[in-house]
Formats: sequence, C-alpha cells, structure tokens
Amino acid sequence: MHPVIKLVAQRLALGLLLLFAASVLIFIGTQILPGDVAQSILGQSATPQSLANLRAELGLDVPAPVRYFNWLAGIMHGDLGKALTNGQDIATAMGKRLGNTLFLASCAAVIAVPAAILLGLIAVRYQGRWPDRVISTITLATVSVPEFLLGYIAVYFLSVQLRWFPSLATVYDGMTFGEKLYAVSMPVLVLVLVVLGHMMRMTRAAILNVMQSAYVETAELKGLRKFTIIARHAFPNAIAPVVNVVMINLAYLVVGVVVVEVVFVYPGMGQYLVDHVSKRDVPVVQACGLVFAAVYIGLNLVADVVSILANPRLRHPK
Amino acid sequence: MTRIPLAALIGLFFTGLYFGAAVFAGWIAPYGMAEIVGDSWEPASAAHWLGTDSIGRDLLSRMIWGGQTTIFVAAAATMLSFGMGSILGFFAAVKGGWVDQLLSRLVDLMMSIPSLISALVVLSVLPVSLPVLIIVMGVLDSTRVFRLSRAVAVDITVMDYVEAARLRGEKQLWIIFREILPNALSPLVAEMGLRFIFAVLFISTLSFLGLGVQPPLADWGGIVKENKEGIVYGISAALIPAFAIASLAISVNLVADWVLNRTTSLKGGRG
Amino acid sequence: MSSSLLEVRDLKIEATAYPPGEAPRDITIVEGVSFKVEKGKVLGLIGESGAGKSTIGLSSMAYGRGGVRITGGEVFVNGNDILKAGPAGLRALRGHEVTYVAQSAAAAFNPAKKLMEQVIETTLHHGLMTRAEAEERAVSLFARLGLPKPESIGNRYPHQVSGGQLQRVMTAMALCPKPDLVVFDEPTTALDVTTQIEVLAAIKEAIADTGVAALYITHDLAVVAQVADHILVLQGGQMIEYGTIDHIINSPSEPYTQALVSVRSINHHEKSGGAPVLSVRDVTARYRGTKFDVLKNITLDLPEAQTLAIVGESGSGKSTLARVITGLLPPSSGEITFDGRVLPADFEARTRDDLREVQMIYQMADVAMNPRQTVGTIIGRPLEFYFGLRGDAKKQRVQELLDEIEMGEGYIHRYPAELSGGQKQRVCIARALAAKPKVIICDEVTSALDPLVADGILKLLLDLQKRENVAYLFITHDLATVRAIADSIAVMYQGRVVRYGGKTEVLSPPFDDYTDLLLSSVPEMELGWLERTIANRKMAAAGN
Repeated sequence: MHPVIKLVAQRLALGLLLLFAASVLIFIGTQILPGDVAQSILGQSATPQSLANLRAELGLDVPAPVRYFNWLAGIMHGDLGKALTNGQDIATAMGKRLGNTLFLASCAAVIAVPAAILLGLIAVRYQGRWPDRVISTITLATVSVPEFLLGYIAVYFLSVQLRWFPSLATVYDGMTFGEKLYAVSMPVLVLVLVVLGHMMRMTRAAILNVMQSAYVETAELKGLRKFTIIARHAFPNAIAPVVNVVMINLAYLVVGVVVVEVVFVYPGMGQYLVDHVSKRDVPVVQACGLVFAAVYIGLNLVADVVSILANPRLRHPK
Repeated sequence: MTRIPLAALIGLFFTGLYFGAAVFAGWIAPYGMAEIVGDSWEPASAAHWLGTDSIGRDLLSRMIWGGQTTIFVAAAATMLSFGMGSILGFFAAVKGGWVDQLLSRLVDLMMSIPSLISALVVLSVLPVSLPVLIIVMGVLDSTRVFRLSRAVAVDITVMDYVEAARLRGEKQLWIIFREILPNALSPLVAEMGLRFIFAVLFISTLSFLGLGVQPPLADWGGIVKENKEGIVYGISAALIPAFAIASLAISVNLVADWVLNRTTSLKGGRG
Repeated sequence: MSSSLLEVRDLKIEATAYPPGEAPRDITIVEGVSFKVEKGKVLGLIGESGAGKSTIGLSSMAYGRGGVRITGGEVFVNGNDILKAGPAGLRALRGHEVTYVAQSAAAAFNPAKKLMEQVIETTLHHGLMTRAEAEERAVSLFARLGLPKPESIGNRYPHQVSGGQLQRVMTAMALCPKPDLVVFDEPTTALDVTTQIEVLAAIKEAIADTGVAALYITHDLAVVAQVADHILVLQGGQMIEYGTIDHIINSPSEPYTQALVSVRSINHHEKSGGAPVLSVRDVTARYRGTKFDVLKNITLDLPEAQTLAIVGESGSGKSTLARVITGLLPPSSGEITFDGRVLPADFEARTRDDLREVQMIYQMADVAMNPRQTVGTIIGRPLEFYFGLRGDAKKQRVQELLDEIEMGEGYIHRYPAELSGGQKQRVCIARALAAKPKVIICDEVTSALDPLVADGILKLLLDLQKRENVAYLFITHDLATVRAIADSIAVMYQGRVVRYGGKTEVLSPPFDDYTDLLLSSVPEMELGWLERTIANRKMAAAGN
C-alpha cells in the first residue's frame, strides 16, 4: 500500500479514537464530578421527593459505565436523548439549529479565508513597510478584544448610529436566501473580524517562512520574475502550512460562534448550548458538547490530512 | 543597562494603572460596588464621570470593582495554570518514557475539545463560584502551558551542556534548576503574559454568558451583560469595559514582548 | 568599460547589524576589493568565515543576501556595469550570463518539483532552447558529471537522491543555460571526503569541457588549489593577496597566506607501547528500538598519556563509540575497562570518581556550555563538584586553568556568547581539565573551527598532554588532524574497525581498500593532486 494512504488511514483512525475519548471526557465532565448533579440542577430548595424523581429520570441509580454505554449506543442510532426542561427530542431540536450555525459559520469562512490569505500576502509583499504595519496593528487590536465586545461595538456603530444593519439576527423558515444573508450580516462581520486577525498573522508567518528558504533564493538567482517565483516555487510549498492555518482558525470560529449567537440572539447551536447550561439541562449540554468537539476534531483532522497529501517526501517516497 | 523602549513604557504604565486600581479599589472607588446612587443610565457628570448603569449604580465604581474581580480571577487562574502546566511539563520532559506519553496524550485529549465548550459542559453541573471558576479555567488552560514548557524543556535537555552535567554526575534537581530553568525562563515569562490576557478574555466571556462571576459582584464581562440593552438606545455604557479589556490586553502584550526581547538579548542569552 | 568577462572595481558592501539591546547600525563587510576574471578562467576566493567571500561572489550577480547591500564600486559583466542595471536587466543576467551553485544543494532545490523541471527552468525561461533541446542538454550534462542513470535521474524529486548527487545536479543546473560565469559557493564543503573528491573532479571536468569561467569560493586552500587558475585571499572583507595558483601555494608573500598554506603542519612524534588506561573489549551496540548494530565487535586500547584517533566518515559509528565509552549508551555486549577494572555500562551506575576520570569535549562548543553561566561558573563547577573547592581556592584554580588554555585575566565573568569560537572550545577544554581526568574524549573538537583556529586548539591539546599526562580518544573525520596529533589510529567503516595500529603503520602501505580510498581522497596542498589521484584510480580500476 502507498505510504500516504496508510498515513491518512492512520490519521482517520486516530481521529475516531480521539472523538470516542472526547465523548468519555464529556461524560465524565457532566456525571462523575464531585457533588450531586440532581441537587445542583434543582437547587438547595428541592424536596427529597423531587430529587429522587430526577435521579431516576437521569438514570443516576445505574452505575456510571453502564450509563455511558447506553448514552453512546443511543448516539450511534441518532438518538441524543430528551431535554430535561421540556422533554423535547434533542436531535430534532438541534437539527435546524445546527443548520443555522453552519450557515453562519460558512458565510464567515467564505469571507474570512480569502481575505486573510490576501492580507497575509500583502503583508509579506510589503514586509516591514506601512501596509504590513497597518495590518499588524489592526489585527493586534481585534485579537485583544473579546468576541462579544466586538459584537456590541459593531451594533453600537453600524446598527444604532448608522442604521445600516439589523442589530438582531432573526432568521425563520420562508426567508429568501438574500433576506437571510442580510439578517446575518452583523454576526458574520463580527466572526470575520474575530478570526481574521489570527488567520492573517499565521498566514503571514507561514508564507514568510517559505519565502526565506534557500530554494526561493535559487529561483531569484535564476532571474525569474517575482510573480513566477511566488507561483512556481513558493506557493506549492506554502499550501500545507496555509491550509493548516485556515483549519486551525476555522476550529477557532466554532468557539466564536457560541458567543456571537448569544450577542445577536441567533437561533443556532451556540445559543442552544448556553441556554441549557444555565438551565442545567445535562443531556442537551452533553449532546451539544459532543457535536462541537466532533466539528473541532474533524477540522483538525482535515488539516493533518492535507499536510500529509501536500508533502512531496511522503507522496514520492525514496 | 539599555533604555526601556517607549512601547514597553506605555505597556508598563497601563498595566501598572489597572493592577493598582484593582489592588486599591476600596480606596479609590468613589461609591460602593452595589450602591444605587441615581437613575438608570444617567449621562456622564461631575458626580459620575462615566455616568450610571442600568439600575443607577455609579459606572466608574462598578468598573473599578469589576476590574478587581476580573484581574484577581484571571491572575489566580494564570498562576494555577502555570504552576500545574510548567511543573508537569518539565517533569514529562526530564522523565521521558511512559510518564511523558501518558501526560502528553491526556493533554492532547483535553485540547481536542475547545476550552470554552469544556468550561460550559463542566459549569452545567458545578456550582458557579469564584473558586470553581478559577480551578476550571486554570486546569483547562494548563494544557497549553504544559505543551509549551515541555517543548522548551525537551529542546534544552538534548543540549550538550545538559549531557555534560549528567556525565559529571549531577543530580536531577541541579539539572532542572541550574541547567534547564534559567534557559527556559524567558519564553515562559512571555507566555505568562499571553495566558493572563487569555484568562481575562475567558472570564469576561463566561460572565457575559451569565455563567461566570454572579451578580451583585461586578466584573467587566458582567457589566457588559447588565448594560447590553442600553446599546440599542445608543447608550454606550456596555462599551466601556471593551476599552478596559482591550487596553489591558494590549498593555500586557507590550510588556510580555519587551520581557522576551530583553531576556533573550541579555549577555549570554540564547543566540 | 572593461574587456574582461567579470571585472570588480573597488567594491564596498555594507549590512545592517542588530546587536542585541542596542540600536541597529550599519557595518562594512567588504571594502576595497578589485579583481578580474577572464573568459574560461577560474578564480578561487579563499578566506575564513566572515571574510566576505560568499558576499563578493554573489555581488557578481548584483545580489545581496538578507540585509546586505552593495554600496560602492562597480561590477562589470561582459562590459556592462550590472550595479546600474534595472530589474529587467538583472533578470536577463541572472541565470543566463551568470549562474550559481550553492553550498547546500539539499536546501537549494524546491522539494515540490522534479529535478529536470528545475534544471531546465532557466534555459526555458530565458528562451535559449526548446524544451526538447534543453532536456537533451541536461541529460548530457548529467552524464558528463558522472550521475547514475542520466536519462531518468531528472524524473526524481530532490529528496530521492543523495547529497553528493544533488550537488552534481545543481552544477548541471548552473551549466545548462550555457552561462559565461558560474559562481561555486563552497560546493563540496558539506560532503564526506570520499564524495568530495568525486564531485570536485566532476566539476573540474565540466568547467574544462564547457569552457565556462568560474568563481570558486571555499575556505579550503587544498581544494581550490585543484581547480583554480588564480586565487584571491580575503580576510575580514579586505584583499590580502592575489596571484596565480602557483604563486599562492608555492611562494606566498603575505604572512596570512603563508599561515593558511602551512596550516596542519604540526610535527608530532609518535609514541608507542605503554599500559592501556582505557580499553574497549568486543563492544557491539545498537540504539534502543532499532534492530541494526551501529557498532560491531569493537576492540581498542588507549595507552596512558597518548592519543588514539578514531577516523571515519559520517555513519561510521565513531560518535556512537564515544557514547558507549561514556556510558550514555550501554552496549548490547562487550565491556569498557578503565585502569584494569570494568566500568559499569550505564553512567548512572558509575561512581563519581569513575565519571571524573573520563571527560568529554564536544564538537559544538556553543551548545556544550550553558549560555546562562559565566566562564568562572562553567570551569568552577567540576572543581566544586569533584574536589569540594570553594571561594578563593576555587577562584584561584579557575584562573590557573584559564592561564593554561592561554586566556589569561578578565574572562572569569564573561558569558559564552561573548567569546569567539576558538575561545569557547578552550573553555570547554579547561572544564574537562578541571576534573583532572586520565582520559579526555574529543568528539570532532576542531571540525567546526576555521583552519588557523583549529591549529591553535590542536597545539594546545598537545601541550596539555605533555604537562598533564592525559590520554585523548580523538574522534574525527579529518585525516590531516589525525596526522598532526595521533599516536595510534583506528579507521572505522560501517560500524567496524577496518584498520588499527600505530600511526606510521596505519598510514603506510599496503592498505586495505577502504583506508586507501579514504587516504587518497584527502586533498593535498599541491598542484595536480586531483588529476594524479583520479588517474591512479582509473589505472587501478583498469588493472583489475
């Protein structure tokens, strides 16, 4: 078997293993921590009867490993359990929200990725000169402000003062695609700002690293044009590090989404998770945590696989 | 000694200002933390330099008290993550073998879930109190410190001078404290600044989501939450913590950069 | 205007230095350099590190590496001042009129592209030939440079061929567009000695066949003596001496050139006999988790106050032997004896006195000293650790040791970063001596140093041996060093000792095949050595 296929298969297996381990960790995090879950859900004023009922409902009378495997078996069949607070089926409730969140995140990615790569290239091209400095200063500022504040600054100036965009991102069935895009413009803007800084800084570093290598000097001493050097010699070697940067930052976006959805009251996964954390609705929190972990692990896996595929030493073994 | 560059001076000044305000909050805050002194969202005036908040408390006082909470929680979490992360990281690097494997794989696992998600999952069952917040943030963040200190220490343990010390017959403690630590210090100190900033952002985010510092205790993230409705009416109270957090983060960043540059360029620095 | 192919007049090159903790400032790295290269001739640029030789070489392509700037003088190529050429003019010059061969071909090739693509890239880019013609020329150059499978090697990727082959492919790449001048920047320095001679011969033949002119940059006078017509000696960015190869090698006028020519002419009389202080008995070793023996049945004796040189190329297992002796790598069989008793295999099981008796000096003095400790601490620690010396007694002894390594007052409070390369290695020697050992293992201690500095270190080691009666196990790939200081020699090849005995015996015929190859590959500081050696080898091959 070709070594690349073997390596990729290994990575995929490792990713599955990691996801499995993450599910154990999430389970441990919610079930085996010190303190009584039922007590902390119902608060100090709970009656012994209601405590006992809740324990039974949560299955707390069964040993933890058994509960874990029941939960896992359910997930395998697409059954994420029922919410404690309203008894709704979690999978159904989550489906639409997951779609909304992915819509929001992909809109942000579609803008942020090309913008970050372009800005990174500009910063490299004018390294140390004013375009580079301006870009670095702005990114330092956006990196230093938490997502929710970025959100409110945007709302304050763009929605309230200038009245360009809606301050709440309300989406519902039956909206046209254009209406939806307009509705999410503010959260998308904020998400783009959140990841752009990191992504652009890391892209800049990755490309600089390639541009300083000896083979780029060789190309320069061959009398090639700057553009030819970048396109033929720098670019093929920069793919892997840049894809890596993009994936790491998209994973970062997954976290940013949680906060931004709350700011703009957007009906997605993040708001769903935060709501149910406050309500101490453990089954929903577990399910959401697992979905977020899966997306995060998946993106990191893609980054790994791309860097394997882009490595000429692995593609063309001795 | 060389002069302190301007950027570092600015950073030092503002970092000092914020920490000073946090330590002496009781003396400099004009009003009590939860004292209602006026109408809601009064504009800035001589009596209330930043105006009042959603229920008529003095915003400047809230900011000073809030800064105290935010900085205290972040600093405590940073110390915890540093203590745990660096000790375990060094230990893994020097010991190697299965100890290293076990710790490293555990950290990989913890880092496979974004820390905000992990925090939310855990906080859904734990009582939300300051000690719990500090421990949760400290433990989650210690994974990053572990990776860095392990990597730095592994780089140093393969150096010939460490081998020379081993061959001389030096004890493990001498090797860690005299050979490795002095050379690992500057990247770790710079990292400490970054971790502190991260902790400030983290606790503010949790509080904003209503899962961090609980009212009536003030903290910067909480102040945003309390005043966010005002934004729609054009009241900027919720933005004030934004500038506090951003300027604190940038100042600490500037100081950390300077520390890193200064210590690496010291006589006998690494390179 | 100039009628020469390359003429450099009063060249001045500056760079911006960023001293730590200080404001950046401009420093001059080359000044007042003038020379000419005629069509088809080879000029050797020679000097130690920091002499500015690569910088001058690249100025013939109007190129400055990093922050290096050409700030004065004129550089004419085919009569045009290339310093006044615009970007388009430079692109026409680079890769067409003048081409470049880098020291590390492994780094200079794009890892993501096939060799052929890269070799003919310039030729196609400048529109000199059609693709088919260019490929045909490349294949013929591959054949002329002695590359295996010249028709198909171009389909390989850079990581799929060896270092010596890659260096030859890079030469083919430089020759492919039929340039007027090729700049060779230390093309053989990174290679093993037996590979170096092959590459050197290939380059020399290719230069002669194509009639190209060349700038050959190197720190090794013996190497450049084989290929150059003229030599320019540089020191600290200044011209020291210029002359024909015959003049420079046989009757140099400047003291600095004389020193370079006579380097490694230390005369050391071989000692023999004597009781062994350290013995290696039938040692076989492999690294943990591997199934390959790096050392196979090694048996050696190191007599008291003498020097045993271990010679071999990279991968011969010579450094592994040092790790076995010091106890860092316990052998899978065999033992190490010291003063007649067996030492525990693992250093952690050895007594403090055992550890004291066998000291080690490393190749890279830079990383062998803790950058955060002063010279006083570095040398003082063994005194404190082994002999319990403290305070003034320790300080006094450190000063004595500094005097012994000829460094004198004022160094105790310095940090390693403030010392030169030679001084760093001296401090490492003092640290080893401080333990009053009977044996010091020297692992390539001079190979990272410039020849004159290395010479000083070797002389110091010989002096110290006489005074302190210490025995050296001297690991090196450099036969000139071995001739200078060894009493006995062991030649290692692929984990085995292939030849072992007194120095004169080992270095005199009859030889085994490998020792013969190794010895005959070391460049000698005389004209015509390369041709003679290659001719001898061809004759021997024909004879078989």
